[in-house]
Amino acid sequence: MFRFISYAIGLVFIFVLALAAVTGLIDSAGAETSEADLVREEFHASNKDVHWSWEGPMGLGVFGGFDDRQLQRGFQVYKEVCSSCHSLKRVAFRSLQDIGFNEAEVKQIAADWINEVPDINPDTGETTTRKATPADTIPLVYPNEIAARAANNNALPPDMSLLTKARPHGSDYLYSLITGYEPVPANFPEDQVSEGLHYNPHFHSLWIAMPPQLSDGLITYADGTPATVDQMGQDVTAFLTWAAEPKMEARKAAGIGTIVFLIIFTAFAYVAYRRVWADVKH
Amino acid sequence: MSFGWSKPYEPKSDFGKWMDARLPLPRLVYGSVGGGYEVPKNINYFYNFGVLSGLALLIQIVTGIVLAMHYAANTEVAFSSVEHIMRNVNYGWLMRYMHANGASFFFIVVYLHMWRGLYYGSYKAPREMVWMLGVVIFLLMMATAFMGYVLPWGQMSFWGATVITNLFSAIPIVGDTLVTFLLGGFAVDNATLNRFFSLHFLLPFVIAGVVILKIWSLHIPGSNNPTGVEVKGPADTIPFHPYFTAKDLFGVGVYLIAFSIFLFFMPNFLGHPDNYIEANALATPEHIVPEWYFWPFYAILRAFTFDFILPAKLWGVIAMGAAIVLLFFLPWLDSSPVKSMRYRPKARMWTWVLAADIIVLSWCGGAVAEQPYIIISQIASMYYFAHFLIILPLVSRTETPLPLPASISEAVLKGKESTGAPAGQPDSGPAPVAPEAQPAE
Amino acid sequence: MATAPDAGDHTVGEAVGHSPDGVRRRDFIYVATGAFAGVGAVAAIWPFVDQMNPSADVLALASIEVNLAQLAEGQGIKVSWRGKPVFIQHLPPAKIAEAQAVDVSSLRDPQTYDERTQEGHRQYLIQIGVCTHLGCIPAGVAAGEVKGDFDGFFCPCHGSHYDDAGRIRKGPAPKNLVIPEYEFLSDTNVRIG
Repeated sequence: MFRFISYAIGLVFIFVLALAAVTGLIDSAGAETSEADLVREEFHASNKDVHWSWEGPMGLGVFGGFDDRQLQRGFQVYKEVCSSCHSLKRVAFRSLQDIGFNEAEVKQIAADWINEVPDINPDTGETTTRKATPADTIPLVYPNEIAARAANNNALPPDMSLLTKARPHGSDYLYSLITGYEPVPANFPEDQVSEGLHYNPHFHSLWIAMPPQLSDGLITYADGTPATVDQMGQDVTAFLTWAAEPKMEARKAAGIGTIVFLIIFTAFAYVAYRRVWADVKH
Repeated sequence: MSFGWSKPYEPKSDFGKWMDARLPLPRLVYGSVGGGYEVPKNINYFYNFGVLSGLALLIQIVTGIVLAMHYAANTEVAFSSVEHIMRNVNYGWLMRYMHANGASFFFIVVYLHMWRGLYYGSYKAPREMVWMLGVVIFLLMMATAFMGYVLPWGQMSFWGATVITNLFSAIPIVGDTLVTFLLGGFAVDNATLNRFFSLHFLLPFVIAGVVILKIWSLHIPGSNNPTGVEVKGPADTIPFHPYFTAKDLFGVGVYLIAFSIFLFFMPNFLGHPDNYIEANALATPEHIVPEWYFWPFYAILRAFTFDFILPAKLWGVIAMGAAIVLLFFLPWLDSSPVKSMRYRPKARMWTWVLAADIIVLSWCGGAVAEQPYIIISQIASMYYFAHFLIILPLVSRTETPLPLPASISEAVLKGKESTGAPAGQPDSGPAPVAPEAQPAE
Repeated sequence: MATAPDAGDHTVGEAVGHSPDGVRRRDFIYVATGAFAGVGAVAAIWPFVDQMNPSADVLALASIEVNLAQLAEGQGIKVSWRGKPVFIQHLPPAKIAEAQAVDVSSLRDPQTYDERTQEGHRQYLIQIGVCTHLGCIPAGVAAGEVKGDFDGFFCPCHGSHYDDAGRIRKGPAPKNLVIPEYEFLSDTNVRIG
């Protein structure tokens, strides 16, 4: 009896699945991919390939940390270019000491920051702002999302604190995106052009609200490195990769030590196991 | 448990005797994982996954308690509190990555442990209860993992929670009321996050309780083994300690190396980038996928796309539930007296097909819901149900098993359906090696 | 570990290394494996302990800077430092003279005014606003608050009276209000902690 119930249940599921499969196939036979999807497929560009310092030898990512000078340059790009629209709200000024700024520099950077920290006037209770201190996180650009959209033609400049972790292959993607603006290709269908947006083959919809930001010589690097688009793109991406995962170097160092230890331990454990079992036929 | 030849615990010191008379904890340990627990000597590396599952649970509980010291279950700050853990708390990144990757590794070892049970027939009498308690643990794990994934309050957390709780709306009449009840509101919000946190904290301890019951029920018949032949005599077994403690220590080393590779060098590989975007109730990610360990079941859920009498959504929910619940009935669906697939060529072949089928289902479950993934997931789902509900019951009645060895320590004994020789056969050499493919040792 | 012969064709004793052929090597392997497991376990515990220590954002606020330029004579402010209030008062010369004139030997916790302030910045009295009795916050720093019998601070919990230099005069508190570590970075800029 039990057996027949089981057969029956199995057959019911299979029957319903078969119906779904057949109807699904019929539906999909008639369906056509939309023109927008086809255009996206045709013009979308894959990520540019960059060798990042943290990818280490052979790109395995086992060794290789951040290059502090590059991060400092990247910070300069963020500060002078990106920070007018994009916040970096999860990064505290104090953590800039981890990328080679000294205490006094960090204090200065915080105090001079273009945006201030919201505060309450202790006498009147009214909202006000004060200068940032190293203990503060980098102040917001806009007080909230509505203000951000209102100032940016209804587009939201995302907070950059976690950007490289919030996109697949985030570092490559971000670098490709900010250095990947191109003129609209001649064979691009007219009706797929989005007015008011900018063509970028690395963006998922090909049309992005952010205008191209980088141009050769846009900023003057403190360390004298020529500020090419490519250089700035790599530097700011490296900085944002650090911003998203500031503990990466500590993590890798701990990982190498742990794994070396575990391999030795496991080798000992294996020998001990074989010896314990040496006299057992199994 | 015990076989007549297992050595009873004998306290040696005066303190040991005093303790044994009052709280025989050393006796319990000795009898369950010490020299007093006799284990078939031929069990292979697949039998390490039981201990490893326990280790994975322990890691989750310890890191979870630590994370709860810093996490705040409030929609306003939950995401930021996780970033606080990652950036500010001493070794917070380590705790969080251990917990996140630990969940995946817990499922990996549990899936391998289940596969071991399926392949060697460990679910069969007299171990049905061990298997069913295992299915209970599996269900609890899925609930715990699902609720835990909501806590970081990323986009995938939020929308995963929305999609999965909405499954209950498929239930006729009471569905919508039930969803509102489960969420504590009309959408996933603060009340939902708080109750998920509470339950996510509670359930692992329930799991630990069921684990104790499971180990208890295991120690009554003792462990199964790759031949599926029950223990006949002292020559078949060796004590858990030191033999399997040594072997498990080695297994733990290998496990921790694999775990460390992910933990330290690719900690976000098994996660989804969208979960590093804070939850936004007004924007859905383009492609909602659960964590990889849910993919096979998610594929079954989505495979039902046709309203046949009942709405497709309800079919999907029922089927997904059935896909797990049928595991409770496995000991009776498979009525073959032979346990191990080593001696069941036909069932073995179908079991390997099942393994491939589940991998295909996983692949579809993680892919976008469009052709050809839909049709593939439908065919794979058909096989999943056919395997357990039709093929296995039929094959178990019709197949001719290979001759079984008389005992674990005996060479292969020729003879159809032989279930053994008299107990106490002399140990005549290595355990029988099945003449065909088997999971590698 | 077990030494008695086990059932079957093997013994636990043999397995753990008492056979004549390899006593030393076996012992070494077992000891080494055990030692590694032990060292690894101890090392792994440290992160779980250390996570309870103050986190980086808390440590970053372990010292704060306060600008006193706006603090007029006779005024007092409360600032939050390490989760506790710090009272900063700008005392007028008359008050200072009065506090300096007190006979220290009559006090429960003898301390001169000068010991409670810094050379060159005598007018700024900076103290942790936590009653030394049981941790309540005494009143008296802001205008209009009850100042107690000695025109200083009054703790409402159990009635401790402090004088205007924060010295305990009456009531159950055993000590004067605590002076935090602080340093003047300039005439009006002080770093506490």
